[in-house]
Amino acid sequence: MSNDKQDVPGGASFSCSCADTNRRQLLAATAVVGGAVGVGTAVPFVASFLPSERAKAAGAPVEVDISRLQPGEMMTVEWRGKPVWIVRRNKEMLESLKKSETMLADPGSSRSDQPSYIKGMARAIKDEYFVCVGICTHLGCSPTAKFVPGAESGIGDDWPGGFLCPCHGSRFDLSGRVFKSMPAPDNLVIPPHTYLSDTRLIIGEDTKGA
Amino acid sequence: MSQINALVDKGKEVLGWVDERFPLSSLYKEHLAEYYAPKNFNFWYFFGSLALLVLVNQIVTGIFLVMHYKPDASMNGAGIPVAFASVEYIMRDVPGGSFIRYLHSTGASAFFIVVYLHMFRGLLYGSYRKPRELVWLFGMGIFLCLMGEAFFGYLLPWGQMSGWGAQVIVNLFSAVPVIGPDLSVFIRGDFVVSDATLNRFFAFHVIAIPLVLLGLVSAHLIALHEVGSNNPDGVEIKKKKDARGIPIDGIPFHPYYTVKDIFGVSIFLIIFAAVVFFAPEGGGYFLEFNNFVPYDPMKTPPHIAPVWYFTPFYSMLRATTSDFLPALWALVVVVAGLSFVSCKNVWVRRLCALVAVGTYWGFFGLTVFGKTPALFDFDLLGVHFGKGLDAKFWGVAMMGGSVLLFAFLPWLDQSPVKSIRYKGGLYKTILSLFVVSFILLGILGTKAPGYAFFGVIPGEPVAAVCTLIYLCFFAFMPWYSRLDKTKPEPERVTWK
Repeated sequence: MSNDKQDVPGGASFSCSCADTNRRQLLAATAVVGGAVGVGTAVPFVASFLPSERAKAAGAPVEVDISRLQPGEMMTVEWRGKPVWIVRRNKEMLESLKKSETMLADPGSSRSDQPSYIKGMARAIKDEYFVCVGICTHLGCSPTAKFVPGAESGIGDDWPGGFLCPCHGSRFDLSGRVFKSMPAPDNLVIPPHTYLSDTRLIIGEDTKGA
Repeated sequence: MSQINALVDKGKEVLGWVDERFPLSSLYKEHLAEYYAPKNFNFWYFFGSLALLVLVNQIVTGIFLVMHYKPDASMNGAGIPVAFASVEYIMRDVPGGSFIRYLHSTGASAFFIVVYLHMFRGLLYGSYRKPRELVWLFGMGIFLCLMGEAFFGYLLPWGQMSGWGAQVIVNLFSAVPVIGPDLSVFIRGDFVVSDATLNRFFAFHVIAIPLVLLGLVSAHLIALHEVGSNNPDGVEIKKKKDARGIPIDGIPFHPYYTVKDIFGVSIFLIIFAAVVFFAPEGGGYFLEFNNFVPYDPMKTPPHIAPVWYFTPFYSMLRATTSDFLPALWALVVVVAGLSFVSCKNVWVRRLCALVAVGTYWGFFGLTVFGKTPALFDFDLLGVHFGKGLDAKFWGVAMMGGSVLLFAFLPWLDQSPVKSIRYKGGLYKTILSLFVVSFILLGILGTKAPGYAFFGVIPGEPVAAVCTLIYLCFFAFMPWYSRLDKTKPEPERVTWK
């Protein structure tokens, strides 16, 4: 096995008497320079993990026609590879936002990601149309619409209607606001968007500045 | 007869020629013919060689799969992602393709079954104890590589579970304070799970991690053969040697254990082949049904769960909510307090106090157990000093930490004996609780949130209790392993 050791000529005594200090300094210097070059070479390899220029360039704004969306219905469009929901809320749905207020973690959306022109509990430019990125702020699954309120939803008698994330059970109301003690820390993100006309919406671009 | 002798001589000559240039005979002796293993190995000692067999299966089937698979997330003419379509092509059109793919996918689950049993053997017989700490640590490295392989490989079929599973796991990294969001973009190579992600995961799965894995497997075996195998009695056979320096209770690995392992391999292959031929999907546990649907980044399937071998750790992630943090902090305080009392070193004592205070801030910030508003708050690089760190971050830390805890076992276990055979009732009880908790966590991890056992016992408190038991098994081991009433170890291995 590894027990058979040999006597190596030199050993400890080799280092002191006959060492050539000039050569040693040269060796040390070249080793340092070589090491620095090695580290420098690693930079492009690490950088290649970053999103490519093409990936960064992708993500143009998306135009949506919302004329066919009926009250109480929802549509999904793709923006920057993510689902964006447009929900046309009816009266009862807008009423439910008041009901859920006390059950929410951040009802005023003070620490949530939304453009400056989005305010209040409706979190929308026009109260009727709610636009948000349909990605849970916990770990990025897309929540499922659970619009039916009450016990019928299977979530609970006091369910006001909203969204349920299938991955870790986070719940959001119809303004994408997260309920208390849920895995998700924040309300759903509202993308910059603006109305081109009454029935045409552009997502990813706004005139008022985000 | 003379012809045969001439042939034998010729063979020896060739071997001599090789041995002068490469240590073939001495390697053979060192690792097989003259590697002396304890003579009392039992059933549990099959799983090491079986793990090696499954590793070979994964590599060979993997090479053949790569010949037909395409890591490409773009859409083909029919509007199906190329990667997904190439897997279906392997399943339907490549001769023998479905067999090779099922060998690979079933092999992944078999790998984890075998490795979990192999690790449990280590727990039973104290195989991680001195002088086998490095054998155990190399083994931990192998376990981590396996988890990486499983995770990266699961993205490749580009099904719904592939895409959304990767989305969730990569987003875990975004919970790391300060650098998190950039880190998750760095891992994906894009702002969403995309073609860039698929290509790099492919590179990791087929070349980077397998290379590291092979290196670690070699190191695991070299370290094992240096110190010698443990055995079900946990006594060192090297303490008693005969006149030739060979352990009295040792027998050569070849032919004794090669033959025994071939028997084990036969039984394993019967079961493995039965699964491959008759239940390759493993009831939705080996290949999840949602993964037969192409990845749709617009829609998460109604129920997503990781593959079964990740679920115990995933359950612990889910259990770590803000409601769980007070219990977790209580555990930290008790362990820090015990360490404080039992260790006289002033620096260790300071560290214990620091850990108790530091985790309090991390969990609750400047609030009373997260129940009151913060005293004051200021925000530096996205970290709120008044509120502590998100429960989301602690969930991620819990998932990673619960895997890494195994690495500390060699130093946590202070029992005077190694093997379960000579340990007392206390250790046996705690180990049983640990195993039951691990299995319950595994079951819960496959279920949707809100699941109740038999429809009546809610899963969430069960997961919280099991997580605490899991942590206590490690955290209190230095104390209960000393308190445990052990039996005296025998001088030599017991053997019928």
